Amino acid sequence: MAEVLVYVDHVGGVVRKPALELLTLARRIGDPVAVALGEGAADTAGTLAEHGAVKILTHDAAEYAEYLVVPKVDALQAAVEQVSPAAVLVSSSAEGKEIAARLALRIGSGIITDAVDLQASDEGPVATQSVFAASYTTTSRVTKGVPVITVKPNSAAVEQAPAAGAVEALNVTFSEQATGTKITSRTPRESTGRPELTEAAIVVSGGRGVGGAENFALIESLADSLGAAVGASRAAVDAGWYPHTQQVGQTGKTVSPQLYIAAGISGAIQHRAGMQTSKTIVAINKDPEAPIFDLVDYGVVGDLFEVVPQLTEEIKARKG
Amino acid sequence: MSLRIVVTVKYVPDATGDRHFADDLTVDRDDVDGLLSELDEYAVEQALRIAENSDDDVEVTVLTVGPEDAKDALRKALSMGADKAIHVEDEDLHGTDAIGTSLVLAKAIEKAGYDLVISGMASTDGSMGVVPALLAERLGVPQVTLLSEVSVEDGVVKGRRDGDTASEQLQASLPAVVSVTDQSGEARYPSFKGIMAAKKKPVTSWDLSDLDIEADEVGLENAYTKVESAAERPARTAGTIVKDEGEGGKQLAEFLASQKFI
Ligand SMILES: Cc1cc2nc3c(=O)[nH]c(=O)nc-3n(C[C@H](O)[C@H](O)[C@H](O)COP(=O)(O)OP(=O)(O)OC[C@H]3O[C@@H](n4cnc5c(N)ncnc54)[C@H](O)[C@@H]3O)c2cc1C
Ligand SMILES: Nc1ncnc2c1ncn2[C@@H]1O[C@H](COP(=O)(O)O)[C@@H](O)[C@H]1O
Repeated sequence: MAEVLVYVDHVGGVVRKPALELLTLARRIGDPVAVALGEGAADTAGTLAEHGAVKILTHDAAEYAEYLVVPKVDALQAAVEQVSPAAVLVSSSAEGKEIAARLALRIGSGIITDAVDLQASDEGPVATQSVFAASYTTTSRVTKGVPVITVKPNSAAVEQAPAAGAVEALNVTFSEQATGTKITSRTPRESTGRPELTEAAIVVSGGRGVGGAENFALIESLADSLGAAVGASRAAVDAGWYPHTQQVGQTGKTVSPQLYIAAGISGAIQHRAGMQTSKTIVAINKDPEAPIFDLVDYGVVGDLFEVVPQLTEEIKARKG
Repeated sequence: MSLRIVVTVKYVPDATGDRHFADDLTVDRDDVDGLLSELDEYAVEQALRIAENSDDDVEVTVLTVGPEDAKDALRKALSMGADKAIHVEDEDLHGTDAIGTSLVLAKAIEKAGYDLVISGMASTDGSMGVVPALLAERLGVPQVTLLSEVSVEDGVVKGRRDGDTASEQLQASLPAVVSVTDQSGEARYPSFKGIMAAKKKPVTSWDLSDLDIEADEVGLENAYTKVESAAERPARTAGTIVKDEGEGGKQLAEFLASQKFI
């Protein structure tokens, strides 16, 4: 069976969930061969093997942490040359898309970004995408070269599928461009203890209606009662009430959770672009005409300062 | 010293309009009004700020690849304060994908001459967010992308990139390709004076032959990807909407419990 390269996003050897989702999709097309780079690369092997990686190509060098994007492109290109894969899958993070694009150009391939599903076909993998603020669903194929496809988080289930997972060292020679952009310092994001926004099963978001940074505590309590991630509209982020890393929408994160709760958010097209594919959508807004109500499975027209605390209490009571 | 900045700007269908696909599954540009992609306004803004903060002689050129109407996007950027504009237009460009667009942009940037390229973080229609990285690859210069803060001094570009897991400070020597996010600073509105001045600023038009690009390197037929189907997402079935009369939170909890979320 053909091999499929999967680029593994990991932090110090801890594999991020989207990479495991890629393995699920890769197995529809062929045998997944994982590529893990940088510090802790070899530590990913156990997890990757459990989820279907037949082989894990690893390489560690200081360049991966010290220079932007290009060293990873060099390594992935080396992996393509070593494996001759049927496709290359990368998760759709900002960096993932940049790596994938440069790789595609180098190997003379087409690239599809932000796939939400992937199926095998006689003519190669077919990618489903959600476009125009999720108002259209398209299917596309790469028609030249080895398909390079980036896939959004939450597009497939993580599945156990034990495989050999033999670790092999990858031979990488860095290109001249590899050291072009130096990362002079890095401040890791502080962990909030809450689930990752793009990976969470439930997301609770607040908008301008929340009215101030201190009031976001209400949104956080509701989120915590459900074990959810906290999101925010751009209006709330621009006002400085919540960090940009938590923004949902066109210029923030795209989320596709089982449940999305929007409180004090009007539902502008750019916000919808980031949450419209959520399975169940719930909104609390005092304006019955707010466009967000066109999307909801359940909506409450009311003041969030009344509704949200009552909801949080009720959830806590029911959970006991 | 002089600094030549080329800002890549895209003309896109208005996101608040009813965007559709044409019969050939390319983006329908006839039905919806177009405009300068809002995310590229941030790129123009940063170019102008770099120019204003520099002791060097800075020239800001805005560049677009797009149909006749794309001139509107150039005019807007010129009225914000850019010095001149380049419009690459050719019938054979219809349906060109990101790989092809990056080829055309790279050739035009080289022909124009540059020290710094500034792009938006993503276009608001295709929103792949890959063209800046592709440009850096094609031009063989450093990629300093997705910056929410940028500065240029003594031939070095520095900036802050807020990533998923960390915030990074980046640095590279010019020439380089930069892209900026919508966190980089509010874009200015064109002033009346700016709008009047823009009418007199030069707009150069190039076609594929000016850039030594063959027709079979671009266009829908030669794209590296093919859209096979496009279907409007079925409208969501109308949900239940209740008015809070004191029990709204509890009613919502009941709904969540019925859906097994609690
Ligand atoms: C290029 C571009 C990119 C963008 N990207 C994004 C993006 O990524 N994400 C994003 O979110 N936006 C984005 N926007 C902005 C978007 O257009 C909207 O301006 C934004 O989403 C509005 O946020 P909001 O819904 O919180 O605020 P508003 O539109 O002001 O809505 C606030 C809502 O709160 C309700 N409300 C007020 N008080 C209460 C209360 N006490 N109880 C209940 N309800 C209350 C109001 O009725 C109103 O509906 C982008 C815009 C552009 C041009
Ligand atoms: N046709 C185009 N003309 C000029 N610039 C473009 C074009 N397409 C993309 N760009 C630039 O590349 C950035 C990212 O675009 P994209 O990769 O399409 O999301 C945009 O913000 C623009 O700066």
